Amino acid sequence: MIGRRTLLAAGAATLAAPSIVAAQGSRVLKFIPQSDVTVLDPIWTTAYVTRNHGYMVFDTLFGSNGKFEASPQMAEGLTVENDGKLVRITLRPGLKFHDGTPVLARDCVASIQRWGKRDTYGQTLLAFTEELSAPDDKTIQFRLMAPFPLLPQALGKPASNFAAMMPERLARTDAFTQVTEMVGSGPFRFNAKERVPGSQVVYERFADYKPREGGVPDWTAGPKIVNFDRVEWRVIPDAATAAGALQNNEVDWWENPTQDLVPLLKKNANINVFVQDPTGQVACMRLNHLNPPFDNPAIRRALLKAISQTDFQQAVVGDNPDMFHVPAGAFCPGTPMASEAGLEVFKGPRDYAAAKKAILEAGYKGEKVVLMAPTDFPILKALADVGADMLTKCGFNVDYQASDWGSVVTRRAKKESIDKGGWSLFHTFWAGGDQLNPVGHAFMRAQGPATGMFGWPTSPALETLRDQWIAASDLGSQKKIAADLQLQVLNDVPYIPLGQNFFNTAHRKSITGVLDGFVTFWNVRRA
Amino acid sequence: MLTYAAKRVAATIPVMAIVAFLVFSLLYIAPGDPAAIIAGDQATPADVDRIRESLGLDRPFVVRFAEWVWRVLNGDLGQSIFTNLSVTHMIGQRIQPTVSLMVLTLILTICVAVPMGVAAAAKQGTWIDRLVMMVSVSGFSVPVFVVGYLMAYVFALQLDLFPVQGYTPIANGIGPWLSNLVLPVVTLSAAFVALIARVTRATMLEVLSQDYVRTARAKGVSQRPVLFVHALKNAAVPVITVIGLGVASLIGGAVVTESVFAIPGVGRLIVDAILRRDYPVIQGCVLMFSFLYVLVNLGVDLLYTVFDPRIRY
Repeated sequence: MIGRRTLLAAGAATLAAPSIVAAQGSRVLKFIPQSDVTVLDPIWTTAYVTRNHGYMVFDTLFGSNGKFEASPQMAEGLTVENDGKLVRITLRPGLKFHDGTPVLARDCVASIQRWGKRDTYGQTLLAFTEELSAPDDKTIQFRLMAPFPLLPQALGKPASNFAAMMPERLARTDAFTQVTEMVGSGPFRFNAKERVPGSQVVYERFADYKPREGGVPDWTAGPKIVNFDRVEWRVIPDAATAAGALQNNEVDWWENPTQDLVPLLKKNANINVFVQDPTGQVACMRLNHLNPPFDNPAIRRALLKAISQTDFQQAVVGDNPDMFHVPAGAFCPGTPMASEAGLEVFKGPRDYAAAKKAILEAGYKGEKVVLMAPTDFPILKALADVGADMLTKCGFNVDYQASDWGSVVTRRAKKESIDKGGWSLFHTFWAGGDQLNPVGHAFMRAQGPATGMFGWPTSPALETLRDQWIAASDLGSQKKIAADLQLQVLNDVPYIPLGQNFFNTAHRKSITGVLDGFVTFWNVRRA
Repeated sequence: MLTYAAKRVAATIPVMAIVAFLVFSLLYIAPGDPAAIIAGDQATPADVDRIRESLGLDRPFVVRFAEWVWRVLNGDLGQSIFTNLSVTHMIGQRIQPTVSLMVLTLILTICVAVPMGVAAAAKQGTWIDRLVMMVSVSGFSVPVFVVGYLMAYVFALQLDLFPVQGYTPIANGIGPWLSNLVLPVVTLSAAFVALIARVTRATMLEVLSQDYVRTARAKGVSQRPVLFVHALKNAAVPVITVIGLGVASLIGGAVVTESVFAIPGVGRLIVDAILRRDYPVIQGCVLMFSFLYVLVNLGVDLLYTVFDPRIRY
């Protein structure tokens, strides 16, 4: 006869079964992404989580290493002729898409054309391109109007939108419409059947993937060797729950632990916490150049004197100086184009009384300053709180308008005046990788209200310097122009850099081989 | 009663129509533009317009509403703007965890709260009564997410008895299914147990003071039959009413619980959809929850006749 205690013991054993199952499956990697992969098409959105997903499913012609140097990935090699105006890229042999079809040059041509309709870098490349063609199955040919030395970097850019290669039949999809299938030639296949939006995304190793031979895995460069049969992304929006899942060995890796939980995770002997992306992210204050008072360049310049980048960064990452870098200029600190040119303005103690006086002298008449603050995006709210305090100390008539991020995104497109729902400023972040050079640097563009992006700065000088940078043939010239660009940014103030910060990633020590950069799943293995 | 039930089911049609209109209208006037969210930071206004056009968001309110209603009448709740998946499919993927969570919570609540309320009423003024009231006040006072974190900390991280997060479908076995649901169900039940226990106690106290209870006791009926046969049956109607009404707050609580325990349920689906302005998903989920709520209240009304024969429809 089964007794009550026996029954209870049996019940407990049954309930404990998942822990036993979790201990199995060493060929399965369980990962908590920064958010859900809502959109799967990496050309359709710039969301970084979609970029991370995209790099699993799709491959690129070139990869990029930690020094931001491009090297062939799907490409066998590249030849440049006719004074840099004819570029031919040859594909590696044996490349296949997940549907079993071979990767052909015409697939890549269609993919580049689709990417070039959405990505800033791609648009610039195609603006230089007279003809893009596939003379044979293995050759992609660019006939350029002028030399474009950054062509490999453009095709291998790690940031969103990256140049994902897909079959021609998918790449023919309008760039403003999502592709309907996830067929790439990357090291993982997307398992559509097991996808639960908002909860789970599953990838399986692509058996026919041929990693390139030679080289060292580094960011997206080098051989992509996969050591897991299956990677499961578990979407856990609550940070405390994610920390619990990692501590409890229910997952192997958490992409972005929140700063407040990092000390807890660091205490755990089984968890490795470190900064994966040395470029981090750069905080920015975007000013609206169409509305008073920030339509006045003298006021914008006077405002720089009140900016304490340290205050902004401490609000985001706390007091640990290892987790942020100030002062930051127009280019991502620690990368080749970054310099100290003009950054004195951010150094030294802040004198709000002097800033207030300078702002009044510049012509401020007490106009309302509408600050859009997204309350559902904690780090942006932290920046907004510091910004509001700083502006108030400078004597601005601040109207702090709290809403959700979705509303900010919509409202920032409004060019109307303040009394008609317009805005004055908001805070945001860019990945450091988006501010490596002027080509991909969106906030540095100053094309004016007709074609420019929200904020709508106008500066022919900035645009001219950008063109000069693109045409520059060597690193030395590029660096010199980049320094001039930074000085021009601090003069025209299309936006205000607020410092660079880093974020941690955390994984159990049972896995090794996590590469620097963003989250990639090749080279990772069980210890 | 069948006629009454049929009439009530028919009455859900105008209710659902009003809900549909309100939801659609509110979303139409709410700030936020999915096209701008999709387009990203580097998009030009023209890019955003093209996306808006491709999603059909540039068309007039009446056209969009009429199209949506027509699709709903044909059993199609539309397609998610972001995932490109059908809303019916997305709800179908998520319904089992939410229904499991709510049904188990209701069962646990009734099994725990009703005896607690009866015991408190029977032992009014004793330490048992005070203990039940203390538990009730605590259940009300502590937010769901705090209970959830405490449960996860103690029973998952410290004692390693249950997983911290996730959901295992019932098809994978009762054990794993229950294992994932124990902590969320206990968490979600906390406030509901408090509510039902207090209501049960109050109605039982009223019933126990009635003449027929005194008569039953005078006839020598022992305490247990007095409480559970004579009194509880008569006290059940208000308790059932509160349980029915509580399903609405249970839906709200499920949203929080699903977030804390990373359960892929409809609650989380609707929150994610609201943050992204995924209109078809929001509309589909609200419509489904409204229908569920109407059905639950119909069930409650019909249950009255079981516990109180004087009620006739």
